[in-house]
Amino acid sequence: MINNDKIKIENVNLYYGEFHALKNINMNVKEKEITAFIGPSGCGKSTLLKSLNRMNDLIEGVKINGKMLLDGIDIYKDMDPTMLRKRVGMVFQKPNPFPMSIYENVAYGPKTHGVKSKSKLDEIVEQSLRSAAMWDEVKDRLKKSALGLSGGQQQRLCIARAFSVNPEVILLDEPTSALDPISTMKIEDLLVDIKKNYTIIIVTHNMQQATRISDKTGFFLHGEVVEFDETEKLFSMPKNKKTEDYITGRFG
Amino acid sequence: MELVNAEKNLRKRKLISLVLKAGVWLCGIMTVGILIFILLFILLRGVPNINMEFLFGTYNSDTLSAFSSIVTTFEMILISLLVAVPIGVFCAIYLTEYAKRGNKAVKVIRLAVDTLAGIPSIVYGLFGMILFVNILGFRASVLSGICTVSIMILPVIISSSEEAIKSVPDMYREGSLGLGATRLGTVFRIVVPTAMPGILSGVILAIGRIVGETAALIFTSGTNVLESPTLDLFASQRTLAIHMYMLASEGLPHSKDMAFATGAILILVVFLVNLATTKLAGRLGRLGNDK
Ligand SMILES: Nc1ncnc2c1ncn2[C@@H]1O[C@H](COP(=O)(O)OP(=O)(O)OP(=O)(O)O)[C@@H](O)[C@H]1O
Ligand SMILES: [Mg+2]
Repeated sequence: MINNDKIKIENVNLYYGEFHALKNINMNVKEKEITAFIGPSGCGKSTLLKSLNRMNDLIEGVKINGKMLLDGIDIYKDMDPTMLRKRVGMVFQKPNPFPMSIYENVAYGPKTHGVKSKSKLDEIVEQSLRSAAMWDEVKDRLKKSALGLSGGQQQRLCIARAFSVNPEVILLDEPTSALDPISTMKIEDLLVDIKKNYTIIIVTHNMQQATRISDKTGFFLHGEVVEFDETEKLFSMPKNKKTEDYITGRFG
Repeated sequence: MELVNAEKNLRKRKLISLVLKAGVWLCGIMTVGILIFILLFILLRGVPNINMEFLFGTYNSDTLSAFSSIVTTFEMILISLLVAVPIGVFCAIYLTEYAKRGNKAVKVIRLAVDTLAGIPSIVYGLFGMILFVNILGFRASVLSGICTVSIMILPVIISSSEEAIKSVPDMYREGSLGLGATRLGTVFRIVVPTAMPGILSGVILAIGRIVGETAALIFTSGTNVLESPTLDLFASQRTLAIHMYMLASEGLPHSKDMAFATGAILILVVFLVNLATTKLAGRLGRLGNDK
């Protein structure tokens, strides 16, 4: 089966003030696949990820040029950022549940987008928590503060929260870097499980993680995409010497 | 040699920490002790003098009733907060969430706020007297007092709200915006509720200033006392603190006792208002409290 291109990145350059953080990026992300970004610290993975739902807009002095298309539509020219972010959800490196109840955390997104009916909200909350594989864990304490959950549970709650607005793409920035192996495994299983419905892009420092779950992998270095290929190919026979050095651990 | 030194060192460190601990305890006990002493002193001298006449009777040189002053005190607290809290909180929101960094206007506002916070209240009184009482023609009235006091408490509300809003972690904002919420929605549904406890502590400080204010009010709402309470904003009527001040400086035989009675009521009022504010904000900012 050949999937369509969900996201097209064409000649994107990004500057933080004078600093050239992304250099001429070209990349196509296919629908219903998991794409992983790997590369050493500071190479621009998070920057590219954040520019896909325009979270970089919040930072002063960011300049971006080139094109980013979601289903063929230019997200910087022809799309309202709030609509974009509803369609392209994000899970951050550090779990960041709101200081509210578990229920309110998940209901926040739909409420923001105008869902008012209690029964509809209940349904969305249950659905989202089920999709994040944590309904059974929390169904008896929906009214309790989300801050009382463990780190792994908080992160899955954030994933549930991202589901709640029914996005098409989910961006995850090192979602498991603060978690223990079991929580990590749960989230990996979850991602593989949900990719039939979502397009997923994940930044990770963990190369095993990339090989375990991703279909495509992009290797970043100094703001450039050095190599972007099917995960299997990239890890078994990298075309570029730098990629090879990095994945074999001979780098930096 | 080394070992002996280490042991000596250890004993010295233990001694220091013991002394420090004793010091901390002493300071703690002293603070609480002074507080209790003041409270007891006022309550013991004041409460026995409180009677129905004093609380709810009409004012004359016998009863020296505080009724009208009590009502005016509550009126002043309520309306001043209704005026100053929204303005202060919105100003803080602008300063923290909307103004660009390095913005000139922000620097000016901050400087103004800090300066205003340090000005003695009698200066506010003079200012209020000229602007509200004379120029705007409100005369000596509760309204003039409320306007003056509202300006006076603005800095404390702005700066505590600003601190509170600044201390809301950015990751909450990112989480909200990342779900497609607008900037404004994020501010009012995430940031302000999370900052509520801090905003509230500013409000409580402000209440303290209003309740305890005399100098600024003597010039604006006046020292007049009505026989029975009124909510008329254009009436000139004293608050409890001024009532107490006036009684304490009056020569009537029982006026000192009644000054203490007023003090006792004042303490009770502060206690009640703070309690109510905390309850109210707990409800407004239910976030984070529902552990
Ligand atoms: N807000 C910012 N202002 C200025 N420079 C920034 C900003 N954010 C990131 N950078 C710079 O851009 C470069 C890329 O940062 P980015 O966060 O995308 O790296 P990364 O690949 O995600 O690294 P890591 O793996 O450590 O998360 C870095 O050199 C960083 O210093
Ligand atoms: Mg990063």
